[in-house]
Amino acid sequence: MNWIEIFRSGISTGTVLLIAAIGEILTERAGIQNLGVEGMMLVGAMAGFKVAFSTGNVWLGLLAAIAAGGLLSLAHALVTIHFQADQTVSGLSLTFLGTGLALVLGDGLTGQTGPVIPRASIPLLSQIPYLGQIAFADHNLLVYFGYLLLPIVTYFINKTRPGLHLRAVGENPAAADTLGVNIYRTRYLYTFIGGCFAGLAGAAISVAIAPGWYSNLTVNGQGWIAVALVIFAHWNPWRAALGGYLFGILRRFTLDLQGPRILFGLANPFFYNTNLVFFLQMTPYILTIIALIWGSSAARKKRIGAPAALGTPYQRGERGL
Amino acid sequence: MKIPYPVLLKRTEDSPKWLPVVTSVGAVLLAFIISGVILAVTGADPFKVYSYLFKASFGSWGAFSDVVVKATPLLLIGLGCSLAFRMRLWNIGAEGQFFVGAFMASAVVMVPLVNLDTTPRWAIISLMAALGMLGGSLYAFIAGFLKAKLNINEIIITLMLNYIAVLWNNYWIFGKWSESGFQMTKTFPKSAWLPRLADYAKQVPAFSGMTLHLGILFGLIAAVIVYLIIYRSKWGYKITLIGDNPRAARYAGINITANTILVFMVSGALAGLAGMTEVSGVVHRLQERISTSYGFSGVIVAWLAKLNPFAVIVVSILFGALLVASREIQPSGISFLIQGITLFLVISSDVFLKYEIKWVRPAQETAQ
Repeated sequence: MNWIEIFRSGISTGTVLLIAAIGEILTERAGIQNLGVEGMMLVGAMAGFKVAFSTGNVWLGLLAAIAAGGLLSLAHALVTIHFQADQTVSGLSLTFLGTGLALVLGDGLTGQTGPVIPRASIPLLSQIPYLGQIAFADHNLLVYFGYLLLPIVTYFINKTRPGLHLRAVGENPAAADTLGVNIYRTRYLYTFIGGCFAGLAGAAISVAIAPGWYSNLTVNGQGWIAVALVIFAHWNPWRAALGGYLFGILRRFTLDLQGPRILFGLANPFFYNTNLVFFLQMTPYILTIIALIWGSSAARKKRIGAPAALGTPYQRGERGL
Repeated sequence: MKIPYPVLLKRTEDSPKWLPVVTSVGAVLLAFIISGVILAVTGADPFKVYSYLFKASFGSWGAFSDVVVKATPLLLIGLGCSLAFRMRLWNIGAEGQFFVGAFMASAVVMVPLVNLDTTPRWAIISLMAALGMLGGSLYAFIAGFLKAKLNINEIIITLMLNYIAVLWNNYWIFGKWSESGFQMTKTFPKSAWLPRLADYAKQVPAFSGMTLHLGILFGLIAAVIVYLIIYRSKWGYKITLIGDNPRAARYAGINITANTILVFMVSGALAGLAGMTEVSGVVHRLQERISTSYGFSGVIVAWLAKLNPFAVIVVSILFGALLVASREIQPSGISFLIQGITLFLVISSDVFLKYEIKWVRPAQETAQ
């Protein structure tokens, strides 16, 4: 088994989860829970691939994906912020809407090949033994974008004035309102930004990591895993990144388990009985459940919680709790 | 940049009784109009698609019988969701519970748990139904337990369980139970089939070719039972109270933990029964594609019906029609699209029910 390849591929596929999870963290920090990540990712994956395929320019594809994810998220923002609808149901319907839109507009794209995000190595860093090969050599550019995103978003949330407003809106909107922060505008903005990230994450699949359009199998539940990751990560971008990469690594590991005849000195059961592969395919989902159980008990010990106003609509003039 | 907010929402308790019906019907109509525009943009003729949709689902008794067959699992799942949603428990795992129910029902035939040649048909079918419900409720128990004891987001748990259930079924139909290498089990013997109208074609010639099976009766009975639970029983009152105001419910001494788990299990049992009716009444075998996202459509059905069991019957027939028609409509995502838009419009329209809406005039106008 090639461990370096497993870690390399884990970082590359984990980038998708990282981007989507960071977007959802920003949205949830503003007090809006958007469960439609899967739908927005699908629309992003479709739009990214379709535009890249028809224009031949992969960057235009990325832009289209970002715009598509953002636009779709506005439906959620409108319904939950202005109409005060239930955020859970709205998020679910966003998933339906996104899936439907992606399938209808992506009709006929299956089997096509388009341009992909270029790859690059970072000079010097890629020379580090092992680590360089795993993290800094011959990755697509979005992987490096993910590295940059982490410190920037963390700094933004914790150290800047708009970041402070963002946290205030998610923790205590009534207090933020008295201090002159526009709650509605802030929530719209971060729901939109979360949608943009989800769209980008979808495109990261369709034009970089697994290029092509495979209808709803393109995203295949990764949007939901990203939502779970946010809870597991306690709304912290670094933990989300760690979780995302771990997921990527484990996913590749279970794929590679099927290859060799001999595994750890024993006959490999997955090689001799191919039906056992279905159990291997369950692992990401089982791991998500375990991660949630683990995350919830850790959160209770450390008294870390969700943003206090998560999921509750804000109505000016009504007393907030 | 300033987002204008010229509307004042005032909470209201006494919206007129007819209003929910009007908003729901309006939402569906509007959803068809918007989807029609999207269809037109993609180059299809929406009028052709819709008239085809109508003909394919209500054009003849045979077509309508197909619609009711499709509506059966939606009805059962929608009822389970209605119950869970009343308590604000988001059981999105009906899809997984459906698959586990189908698996358990199939086990009766495939293991086999009883002698299929000598056991009477009614006994086999009852056992299949009982095991289907058991499977669905046990599978839902996982999510209910984690929600009640550890307060873990049940949406994500139930979704992950959906993927796991599908893979579990695949393990059996690709492996042990595979029919000579195909990804399906052998056809069940007739004694494990739910009776269909077509079975009585000799007595009533008009029934020939009609696929309508006994499952719809299960659904209708379940609707009555769920109605009695919600509106006529103490337990239903407790469920509604927990959903509306958990704090008050706790002060009233209601055991929220136990009720969470119980409601999840009842909801899962209904989804499991839906899985049983599908293998025993429709496909007569376990195979890969036994569900066209029934679990998710059931969520929409429940919401569109405003969690009212009798309204669930009507809405599930409407959605059954959509599913029947969309089998042949290209592109394939169109039914998802209509469902998503419908749900969006329905939840948006709820604002009319909860709030009295007043337009606030800009300050200059009021000054004059």
